[in-house]
Amino acid sequence: MRESLLALLAKEPAHGYELKQALEHTFGPAYPQPNIGQIYVTLGRLEKTGLIRGQDVSQSSRPNKRVYEITDAGREELAAWFEKPTEGPRVRDEFFLKLILAPGTGGADRLALINKQRRHYLNTMRGLSRLAAEGRDNRVSQLLIEGAMLHLQADLDWLERCQEELE
Amino acid sequence: MSSTAGASDPVRGPERPRFPRIPRPRLPRARTPRPESSAPSATPATPGAGPHGEAVLRVRGLVRTHRSEGSAVRALDGVDLDVDRGEFVAVMGPSGAGKSTLLHLLGGLDRPDGGQIWLEGRRVDGLSEARWALLRRRSVGIVFQFSNLVSTMTVADNVELPALLAGASARQARTRREELLGELGLADKARAVAAGLSGGEQQRVALARALVNEPGLLLADEPTGSLDSRSTRDVLRLLTRFHEQGRTIVLVTHDARVAATAERVVSLFDGRVADDAAVESAPRGRRTTLADVLELKG
Ligand SMILES: Nc1ncnc2c1ncn2[C@@H]1O[C@H](COP(=O)(O)OP(=O)(O)O)[C@@H](O)[C@H]1O
Ligand SMILES: [Mg+2]
Repeated sequence: MRESLLALLAKEPAHGYELKQALEHTFGPAYPQPNIGQIYVTLGRLEKTGLIRGQDVSQSSRPNKRVYEITDAGREELAAWFEKPTEGPRVRDEFFLKLILAPGTGGADRLALINKQRRHYLNTMRGLSRLAAEGRDNRVSQLLIEGAMLHLQADLDWLERCQEELE
Repeated sequence: MSSTAGASDPVRGPERPRFPRIPRPRLPRARTPRPESSAPSATPATPGAGPHGEAVLRVRGLVRTHRSEGSAVRALDGVDLDVDRGEFVAVMGPSGAGKSTLLHLLGGLDRPDGGQIWLEGRRVDGLSEARWALLRRRSVGIVFQFSNLVSTMTVADNVELPALLAGASARQARTRREELLGELGLADKARAVAAGLSGGEQQRVALARALVNEPGLLLADEPTGSLDSRSTRDVLRLLTRFHEQGRTIVLVTHDARVAATAERVVSLFDGRVADDAAVESAPRGRRTTLADVLELKG
């Protein structure tokens, strides 16, 4: 979230609530959104490390609001973030741990673990399909959902490989 | 081109259901228990309808061994399966698990070495090829991995032919063909010769052909196997509508999106049923969000 806020502030100064709205507007309803408290905490940290600068602006009938702008250090940080390739999703190691460690523990057998995991993926996929159908007009949401679906497909394919190799 | 094409066509009249509705059971679905393991079920192989009278397909102890050049592969090793009327079942499993063999047996394109199959309460595993051909024309639509279209015929003729053979009028056949091709985004290919189509286009034509007689049961082997994302969506929309009309679908797929559109997924492994589960959205009251998926990552 740090970087999202820096990126928004690189476009124009804003206060916390505006940033929350901008995030919601940009990513659409499907994207997991931080709450306002998390945003204020993050802004506080960014300010402390000198990546943004805040200034209180008085409002006639309400408490002051703090408007933030990005600093040069903040722009450098943001540039470094854009510069760096992003790590791909790592293989789901918790499920893999269960799968490898299960035999002999008396806790679960591999087929049952694989079946349970497959059901979970398929149910998640069904939820995503529904989500996609609901927000058909938001292209950013659609793209995100499509990405999530492709990840799930890869998870399922890998599950199949695990079954072939370990059963 | 769009799925609403012709909805208010003055000739055909407004918004009529495209498939006649088949009454669908509203009774609670008391299905056979889903085995966690591949242990054959102890359900007696009673001919006729299922325990609640609605089994479209009933399969018991199905075995099929392929023999070639001295080696034998047991492609199906004791499969039990009940499919109720109106169910949409996806069959998944690794390559070589026996999925295509199962579908071929269910469609009468191959014969089992052991076990029984009932279709609509009627024992069919021993039917002659001629009887099967009749069944397939009237009540079982089939799409196989290698869409055996008549390559020298046009797309329109490929789709209309089974309708004409089943006794539809030329006009009925044309109307259904136009609707199906329209929904599958192929309206502008009607006059093309089948051989000139891409693999994905041929696959969709094969689906249109399988649905043109409005069969009560559709068997489809990887019907979206070589489709891009948009065509997959068209196919899913058509299948969903077909299913909503109360028709039964059994399809083999690797595509999780297709499988999650079904209401039940049967997983085959080494010729046996390894899992058989209903697909449900997130538990009641809990909406799936991307967080559910994204959290699992990196
Ligand atoms: N006509 C055939 N002759 C010999 N072996 C076959 C034949 N058809 C299928 N098999 C074998 O039977 C097994 C199951 O095949 P298939 O039903 O096509 O699996 P799937 O569709 O799940 O990939 C595989 O090992 C396959 O090689
Ligand atoms: Mg196959």
